[in-house]
Amino acid sequence: MELIALADIPNLFAAMTIGLLDNAVVGLNHYLVLGAFVFVCGLLSMMLKRNAIGILMGVELILNAANINLVAFNRYAHRASADGGPLLDGQIFAIFVIVLAAAEAAVALAIFLNYYNNFSTIDVERAQELKG
Amino acid sequence: MATLIPLVPLSAADWQKTFFEIVTGHAPLVWEQVAAGAATIAVVFLPSVLLLAMFSIWWERKVCGHIQSRPGPNRVGRFGILQSLADGIKLILKEDLTPAASDRLLFRLAPYLSFAPVFAAFLALPFGPNLTFEPKLNAGVFWILAVLSVEVMGVILAGWSSNNKWAIYGAMREACQMVSYEIPLGLSIIVGVTAAGTLNLVELGHLQGGGLHTWVIFKNPFVFCAFFVYFIASLASNKRAPFDLPESESELVAGFHTEYSGMRFAFFFFAEYAAMFVVGGIQTSLFLGGWNDPFGLIGRYYSQWIGDPVTHRNGLIVLNLIGLAIFCTKALGIMFVQMWLRWTLPRPRIDQVLYACVKVLLPAACVLLLGTALWELMVPSWHVARMLTNPLPWFDYNPVKWTDWARGGATTSLVVQVILALIGLGLLSAVMLWVGLAFIHGRKRRQRLTEPEPIPA
Amino acid sequence: MVADAGLLAVATQVETLSAVLFYVFSGLTAAGALGVVLSRNIVRTAVCLLFTLLGVAGLYFLLESEFLAAVQLVVYVGGTLILIVFGVMLTSGSQFRRFQPKPAEIVIAGSVAVVLFAALVMAIRNAHFVTGWMETQAKYPVGALGQALLGDYLVPFELASVVLLVVMIGAAYLAKARRREGRPVARGGGPGANLVTPLSQKARRWS
Repeated sequence: MELIALADIPNLFAAMTIGLLDNAVVGLNHYLVLGAFVFVCGLLSMMLKRNAIGILMGVELILNAANINLVAFNRYAHRASADGGPLLDGQIFAIFVIVLAAAEAAVALAIFLNYYNNFSTIDVERAQELKG
Repeated sequence: MATLIPLVPLSAADWQKTFFEIVTGHAPLVWEQVAAGAATIAVVFLPSVLLLAMFSIWWERKVCGHIQSRPGPNRVGRFGILQSLADGIKLILKEDLTPAASDRLLFRLAPYLSFAPVFAAFLALPFGPNLTFEPKLNAGVFWILAVLSVEVMGVILAGWSSNNKWAIYGAMREACQMVSYEIPLGLSIIVGVTAAGTLNLVELGHLQGGGLHTWVIFKNPFVFCAFFVYFIASLASNKRAPFDLPESESELVAGFHTEYSGMRFAFFFFAEYAAMFVVGGIQTSLFLGGWNDPFGLIGRYYSQWIGDPVTHRNGLIVLNLIGLAIFCTKALGIMFVQMWLRWTLPRPRIDQVLYACVKVLLPAACVLLLGTALWELMVPSWHVARMLTNPLPWFDYNPVKWTDWARGGATTSLVVQVILALIGLGLLSAVMLWVGLAFIHGRKRRQRLTEPEPIPA
Repeated sequence: MVADAGLLAVATQVETLSAVLFYVFSGLTAAGALGVVLSRNIVRTAVCLLFTLLGVAGLYFLLESEFLAAVQLVVYVGGTLILIVFGVMLTSGSQFRRFQPKPAEIVIAGSVAVVLFAALVMAIRNAHFVTGWMETQAKYPVGALGQALLGDYLVPFELASVVLLVVMIGAAYLAKARRREGRPVARGGGPGANLVTPLSQKARRWS
């Protein structure tokens, strides 16, 4: 993949949008781009939020983006499963991702509650006791 | 029970026909599907859900009144039937108050977030053999469970955005309660689904078309108990008494909808009564036979006529309407029992509510699931019997000739089902006899309050 | 030829309908995701996350995975999101308090995000995935999912149940209100569930 010059970015976006509108038939690429967008939003949320629960919501967005990708590939992949039945790997993977997301949200919230109990604030900027 | 009513096997194409196909005779095109769907929702579903909510509000007040030895609403129209209409007009005309310190956007969003999921659940209910909005929804039961869990968010937002401590208490209690009771709810549904073998609601209805003994509740004793576990869990999930802590009138002013007035409050009420009907609908379609009558006549005539829908068009339409009436009667009967319980039982504390969930209902549901799974493994049931006499896929109807059952080795299953059906009938008639005797006895002992004089103009 | 044209017309209509529905649901998802990033009130962030999850459930329906859509609604919306909102209610103090990131952080994070998004989209366009309309995959019977979970994927299934058990025990232990030496226990935004006083300990023992 070639390096992107800073001045190229507006042209890049224009090309991407026009490329997506080329075909009205919604295909795999549409879902993947949506997944990428949600992933980037989740990443932004993790980087920018100071409220710990906002960071947790960013993690949930990232997991949902991964799930969209998995299920889209499950639906559009051009092969059948080993025994001739419907291809289910993507859905099973997505089910496990959902289950594990719920589990890590529970543990994360337990940690945040402890943090709030000990620091009287949910702001992660104040968690600096290990610094230096 | 020598020979029972014979049935003709249905194929997948037969039981997935929609009402549109029956009436017009051809499969719908895409734009016809969209137009018919939109028209059905706008013209049939939305008005009937609102009418249903208004009717059940009136009915609840009448039931409450008569249980408390008073007449209930009786001034507005004959028997007070127009009371809900008058209440609706009053609520629309009220001033639209939003608390000053509340989060306005969320405050306005919460009633719709509470009503919309319940309305979406109506789309999956099988009102008749061809009267389901989407008969190919393969995860029908689970879909209804899923959208009923979205309702919790609306209640939490209502409580939080009111910026009122009574509302927040009510919202947190409600979320705790609803989310905890979803576990025995889901487990008891799984018990029923394991016994029936499908999640598709239309298929469930057709499976129970062979008569009273083929209803899923009578399939094995574990499903019989699971019905009651589900009933109790659904009471809690609906915030109905005795689990109505979130809106406990004597403790929390009005719980999570304290700050709501006018039409926004009406939306919460619509959501509650519509959810009662949906829950009654799930119990009807999963356990109590759906649109089928106890004699299996609807199943019999449907299976005979659906092979040639063009000639039997009027008959099929009549059959669908009768099925709709039977389904609504059963669901409204369950609603009546819910209302009856509300005005009979006292309200437990929140820790007692959660104790009942986690230490009573959850172990009971787990034991019932284990029992039903073992039963299904060890006792051959009706669809196995059918496969031996007729090489069609198992959902093609249940045989009701006992010789068929015997040949498939399913005699135990038939005997258990008939015994459970007789026990169920016995319980139901005992309860109705008791209620009737109490009614007559009460009338003899105590003069009924007379209808009051009309107010002079 | 007429039959083919008829089938083609139906197929095009179905595709247009799926396209419209896709844009509706993906618009909802994308708007919700943007709302999560841009909104400054933590409760509104949770509501935007709700709409994102609802949009994703709609997309699963479009991708012919009805059971997965229902699982998403039950577990994510009816479980994880409720948990998150509980956490918000217990830790937020006042719902109108807002935290602002520093401007330098916003610039750096924004540019990283834009570059990453551009890179991902370019990768997607350059990788020509072989796709097709497979008739055999048009309907996923729920039974096949159940058999796969208990057949091919039995080990991950059992491991997931062990993970959930461990998580339940761990979260219940971690979330117990404990006081650190020398620091007062914070007052929660909710009904003071975190207050640990000797009197309340006694009450808890006797209730």
